[in-house]
Amino acid sequence: MASQTIIETTALTKRYKQQLAVDRLSFGIEEGEIFGFLGPNGAGKTTTLLMLLGLSLPTAGRARVCGLDPIRKAKEVKQQVGYLPENVGFYADLNAIESLEFIAELNGIDRDQSREKILEVLRVVGLAEEAHRQEVGTYSRGMRQRLGIAEVLIKDPKVMFLDEPTLGLDPDGALRMIELIRSLNEDHQMTVLLSSHNLQQVQRISHRVGIMIKGQLVAEGTIDALAKKKLGIGEEQYTLEEIYMKYFREA
Amino acid sequence: MSGLFAIYRKELADHFSSYRFVILFALIAMVSFITSYMAAVSIRETLEGIAKPKFVFLLLFSTSGAVFSMVRFVTFFGPLLGLVLGFDTLNRERAHGTLSKLVSQPIYRDAVINGKFLAGVTVITVILVSVVLVISGFGLALLGVVPGIEELWRLGIYLLVSICYISFWLALAMLFSILFKSMATSALASVALWIFLSFFISLGASVVADAFAPLDTMQRIDRSMLIKNVDLKETVSLFSPMVLYSKATDTIIDPTRNTTRTRDLLLMGAAEEFSAARFKGPLSLGQSILVVYPHLLVLIAITLVCFGVSYAVFMVQEIRT
Repeated sequence: MASQTIIETTALTKRYKQQLAVDRLSFGIEEGEIFGFLGPNGAGKTTTLLMLLGLSLPTAGRARVCGLDPIRKAKEVKQQVGYLPENVGFYADLNAIESLEFIAELNGIDRDQSREKILEVLRVVGLAEEAHRQEVGTYSRGMRQRLGIAEVLIKDPKVMFLDEPTLGLDPDGALRMIELIRSLNEDHQMTVLLSSHNLQQVQRISHRVGIMIKGQLVAEGTIDALAKKKLGIGEEQYTLEEIYMKYFREA
Repeated sequence: MSGLFAIYRKELADHFSSYRFVILFALIAMVSFITSYMAAVSIRETLEGIAKPKFVFLLLFSTSGAVFSMVRFVTFFGPLLGLVLGFDTLNRERAHGTLSKLVSQPIYRDAVINGKFLAGVTVITVILVSVVLVISGFGLALLGVVPGIEELWRLGIYLLVSICYISFWLALAMLFSILFKSMATSALASVALWIFLSFFISLGASVVADAFAPLDTMQRIDRSMLIKNVDLKETVSLFSPMVLYSKATDTIIDPTRNTTRTRDLLLMGAAEEFSAARFKGPLSLGQSILVVYPHLLVLIAITLVCFGVSYAVFMVQEIRT
């Protein structure tokens, strides 16, 4: 495991009028790890991701992504971070290659260089055959998610923020997506911040997890450490679901 | 800048490949061509057998064809072009989930709104320039007159003012597309404001004028009260961008027009008017611009202010999926 902290927050807070969406969040993610970000709907996970990307102004506290302030150096942070939102949108009248060409252009990648890169990422995500033939508007949910990953990979990011990457996928599609994330982490040393409700998938690939409830980070650590702390068990079988539900009920 | 150009190019491609553009362009072109053709025929018949006066070419744009002139058509329906191009610029991206994807790329956030606005202005320019060029071709063929340098300059300035005018409505529609998530709501708000600013202000101007400077038609009208009434009506109506544009372009296109104020005509007696008409020569381009430069400045200012407000709102708005 790499030792450099690549994402760090200190008392990061976001308040919307009367509602405290994120409450003094302090945590760190090491380079090269997959960090599972768990929590119920409205816990503040997406708000946290937006603040880390510089898309939402924090009310208080600070954040560092790749050593940079996401508010003051938003463009530089976004060069290093790929973001797959929960409901990723596409331009329905473009095909996969045209979509990726547009994203490459936004990332300042030269047209000649981008062609080769596009074909490579399409091969990685398994969309090489459909790339020319179909418009994105005709894609299935699984294909759209994979194209979303391709759009993230086109810029060679150091970090990926994935918000519910397996949402709406069938079991086979979800498994392939999870394995893709694992291979990107292992083969390319990519740091992944994975926000998901699917605890089984998170348990499968995450090195560490953080559990957010009502804007607060109530638990952080390896799954094994959380199990020992919360369930008082050592070598026995446990599921992340059991750990999560224990925290959730207490909150 | 690469982000700005990428978004500008994509938006331009979207506009030119859309049915919306084809329908709008066909509609504007058709009405403009029919109007100008009938104007050209009318001018040719009127001037048959007599020496053609100066600035005949510009009459193509200011003479009524079937119902209205080309200038009047752009005054009333040009705003619709801006509104149609702008009402769903940002909220369509938001609804499709592409806006969060755009702003999460390493581009400056304002590249999104700047690129889209520039693309809209480019489409407006292409449509107007194309129409003016084709009408000019009609004029050359039907009237047999070649426009002079000053006429070309006046046409050029008319085009610039028209682009600015329609861009104001584009900026307004974009503002509503930022404020309202629903495309239907932003379209409705845009049209409602167009109707209010273009028609109700003129109606309201009469009401305000009659309230503060009533004219008693039963008795002999007091001249000073009449002037006050007319002045008040004109001042209030200048709050309408349509009136501002109309007064500015009427003077630019018609060199014989030396005032935008109705009261100046009222102050002249019949003998004075007759005397003035005998010696009435066309204004030079510089003088025409001097007459309408306040209107031009206000038009440019409201366009910039409207876009500035859209810019400011978009920059602070949180974008979530």
